[in-house]
Formats: sequence, C-alpha cells, structure tokens
Amino acid sequence: MTVLAPPSFASGDPRANRAVLCWPAAAKMAGALVLITGTAVVPAGWKLWFAGVALLLGVVWALGRLPPGPVLRRLLALSPFVAGVALAAAWSPGGVLDWKITALRSGLCLATVILLAQATPFAEMLAVMRRVHVPALLVTTIALMHRYLFVLADEAERMRRARASRTFTTGRRFAWWAAATVVGQLFVRATERAERVYDAMGARGWR
Amino acid sequence: MHIPDGFLDAKTALATGALSAAGLGYALREVRRELPPRRVPLLGLAAAFLFAAQMVNFPVMGGTSGHLVGGALVAVLLGPAAAVVVVATVLIVQCFLFADGGVMALGANLFNMGLTATVGGYAVYRGVARLLPGLRGRVAALAFAGWCSTIIAAAACAGQLAWSGTVAWRVGFPAMVGVHALIGLGEGAVSALVLLAIARTRPDLLPDQPGAAAAPGRVGPFVVFGLLVTLGIALFVAPFACPWPDGLESVAARLGFNHPASSPLLPALIPDYQLPGITSPGLATALAGAAGALVVFLLAIGFSRLVVPREGPALKTEI
Repeated sequence: MTVLAPPSFASGDPRANRAVLCWPAAAKMAGALVLITGTAVVPAGWKLWFAGVALLLGVVWALGRLPPGPVLRRLLALSPFVAGVALAAAWSPGGVLDWKITALRSGLCLATVILLAQATPFAEMLAVMRRVHVPALLVTTIALMHRYLFVLADEAERMRRARASRTFTTGRRFAWWAAATVVGQLFVRATERAERVYDAMGARGWR
Repeated sequence: MHIPDGFLDAKTALATGALSAAGLGYALREVRRELPPRRVPLLGLAAAFLFAAQMVNFPVMGGTSGHLVGGALVAVLLGPAAAVVVVATVLIVQCFLFADGGVMALGANLFNMGLTATVGGYAVYRGVARLLPGLRGRVAALAFAGWCSTIIAAAACAGQLAWSGTVAWRVGFPAMVGVHALIGLGEGAVSALVLLAIARTRPDLLPDQPGAAAAPGRVGPFVVFGLLVTLGIALFVAPFACPWPDGLESVAARLGFNHPASSPLLPALIPDYQLPGITSPGLATALAGAAGALVVFLLAIGFSRLVVPREGPALKTEI
C-alpha cells in the first residue's frame, strides 16, 4: 500500500511563487479546459498547437517554480496504457492511428491537469464548481470525500498494520480474508463516522 | 480501466458525456428524493471509503497484486442511485486531483465504471439473489455480479476505443475482455468476501434480502438507468458485435440484389471465438460468452459454499 502524496504540492512549498497560486481559480480551470479540449481534438497535423501548449505549460511551470518530480512520476505511470494501445495499434492491420501522436496528446493533457491540481487549492475549485451551478449535492459529496480521503486512507493503513502485526502467515487464502476484513471494517467505520459527521453538521446549522 | 485523454475522439467524448451527465443527473435527483438527510454525509464518506479500499492490495500470483474496483459492491451496499453518485465522485476526484483518467474522457469513464458497472452489477445481483436464498445466495450473487460488471465495463471501453478509431475492435475487444475476464474473477471474489465481512460484524448495515417482501421495489430507476446503459451499449458495442448485418446480407441475397458491398462494413470477429459446428460468428461469440458466464456463475456458487458455513454467519472463525 502506498502512502498518499499530498494533493497540492505547491501550497505547502515555501519556494513556490505565490503569483501563480493567486491567479483566479476560474481562469485557471477555464484555461486548462481549453488546452485539454484543444489538445484532444485538433488534427494530428497541427504540430504548432502541440508545441505551443508544451511551451505554455513550461512557462507556467517555471513561473510557479513548481517541483518537476510529481509530473514526471505520473507520466511514467501513464506509460502502461500508452504502451498497451501502441501494441494493439501495431497488431491492427494498416495501423489504425499513429500512437506517438496519441501518446503526445495524453501526455500534454496529463501535464495540464497536474499543473492545475498543483497550482489551485481544491477548495477554490469547489467554489468555482458551485458558482457554475454544479448540483449542490454533488459538490457536497466531493467536498466531504476530499476531506475524509486521507483520514480513511490512514485508517486503512493503520488497520492493515495492526492486522499484520497480530497475524503471522504467508498463506494467500488468508491474506485475501484479512484484506477483505480490513475493507469491510473500513466500510463499517466510514458509516459510523458519517453519522457523527451528520450530527456535527447539524449542530453547526447545516440545512 | 481509466481512459486517459487523447484516446477518444470528439464524437465519442460528446456522446459518452451526454449519457453520463443524464445518468448522474438522474441519480442525484433520485438520491435527493429517496435518501434521508441523515444519510447525505454517507455519500462523501462512502466515496472516501471506496478510494481508500482501492488502495488495499490483494496478493495475486507471482508477487503481483490487485485491488478492488468496487462498483458492484457499493451498489449492493448503498443502492444503485447512491452508488452512481459515489463512484462518479471518486472518478471526478481521481481525474482532477490525481490526474487518473482524462478530462475529455471523464464522460466515458463515468459511463463505463460509474454507470454501466454499478447499475449492471446491481441488476445482476438482484436477479441472482432473488433465485438463491440466504447469505450464501447473496455472496454468490455479488461474486457473479462483480465479474459481470467488470466484463461489461471492459466491453463498453473497447467499444468506445473502437468507435474513436484508436484501437480496432477485433484487437481491442478480445484483449480487453480477455484480461478483464480474469480480473473480474478477483473482483467478484473480493467483493463477496467484503460483503461477508460486513455481514459478520454489522449485519444491520446490509440492505434487505432482495427477495424479501419489504424490499424497496421502485421500477423507475431501473427503467431510466437501464435505458441509458442500453443506449450506450447499443451505440458503442452493438455496431461491432451484433450479427444483424449477416442476416441483412442473407436477406439481400434472397431478394436478389446481392451486388458486392463496396467495402467491408464490419471487421471480422476473431476466429478463436468460433465454436465448432456453428457458422455465424456472431452467434458463436454469443454462445462462447454465455458458456463462460455459466462457468463463472457455477464458480460463484461453489465459492459461496466454500466461504459461508451452512448455518449462515456463524461465529466460527475461518482457518
């Protein structure tokens, strides 16, 4: 089990330039949307568009003095999907598409999303979603998920560690049992926590 | 199964986006109407739970490990409408916060995993659990539903990739469905084990047995979700998989205008799927799929007999 990296690296990084962080979130989200949509649909011949997007991302990256590590790691994690599609395309007679262009497209889009996620606090993204009339129930659910994501991930890790320290076995069957028990117990605890959260929300005048 | 950006063309992104938006909008409306306010935070917590549960590893062969996907499990625990909202939330957060799955492909990912896998899995679960009584029946039903939901989502994904012209159907479909037929076995088994673990500690958290008299039986969600999923499958999968063009050609031949088609309308289905003695490749594929599903169904029943002791959830510890 991997320990989660914090979602917004820039906000905690003292070297990060606050200017990029302080740009209005709505503008950053709209810009990212335009870049992603354009990159995904422009014809493969528009080399200038791809070069322009790459240059723009690089400039924003440099302006914000964001760490390059996370984006490189995520690009590597993407490569299995690209490799699989490249393999499938190689098997297709006549080559259905140029997989290099596809890889370029998905790489640029991925870099845009990572840049957006790093340069924009999640609460501001939620505020923008609320402003463009995303259903309130969905925004509430997303906000609560974001709030308790790391809490529950830590809880699962603690339960897994406790289980590992109590039971000493190498059997695969038992390992499945143990992991399923952890997940089941996690659901029980999430449900109980949801009830406490509702009481707390009610006490603070929610609804 | 998260499709990244750049793998789908504009028409597929638009079509899947429209279908998913309709499905998610309907699910939100349904949840607002059905769910008591007390349970609203549970949606967010369940989404966080699903995300955390996906990080718990299950050892598979040779040092590799897999993890739960959980669409069918959440649908059984919370009901289909709430499950659509929960899985959609997970996918949205994964997309924007962790860059897992593309922004343009969000509609397709929502359709495959949020709508098709959850609603399809839930429908299979309801159908099977009605046939088989008791906790053992529900475990078997969820094991089978987990497998079915994985397969149907993989088929929809292959159809979208083929419709976009990214991966040809006759390469993508066998690859996606073949791999996910194996992954689905693990998904079904893990989902069933989790259900069993919850039934042992907090059986009151589980919904009623579907066959029970007081089971919530509104038809509306089934009709709307079923319509959306069917529409999507008809759009993405049927053009490649259905045997109708063969029938059309034979009709054309019988009526006398059998001039050769200018270009092959459909790619040939993979010959490995043909069963001996059956000439129509579409029928052969369907039969092979049905036979596979039957085998997995029997496996699921055997699995439930293996893990659930005879007298329901006894306190006897396993091992």
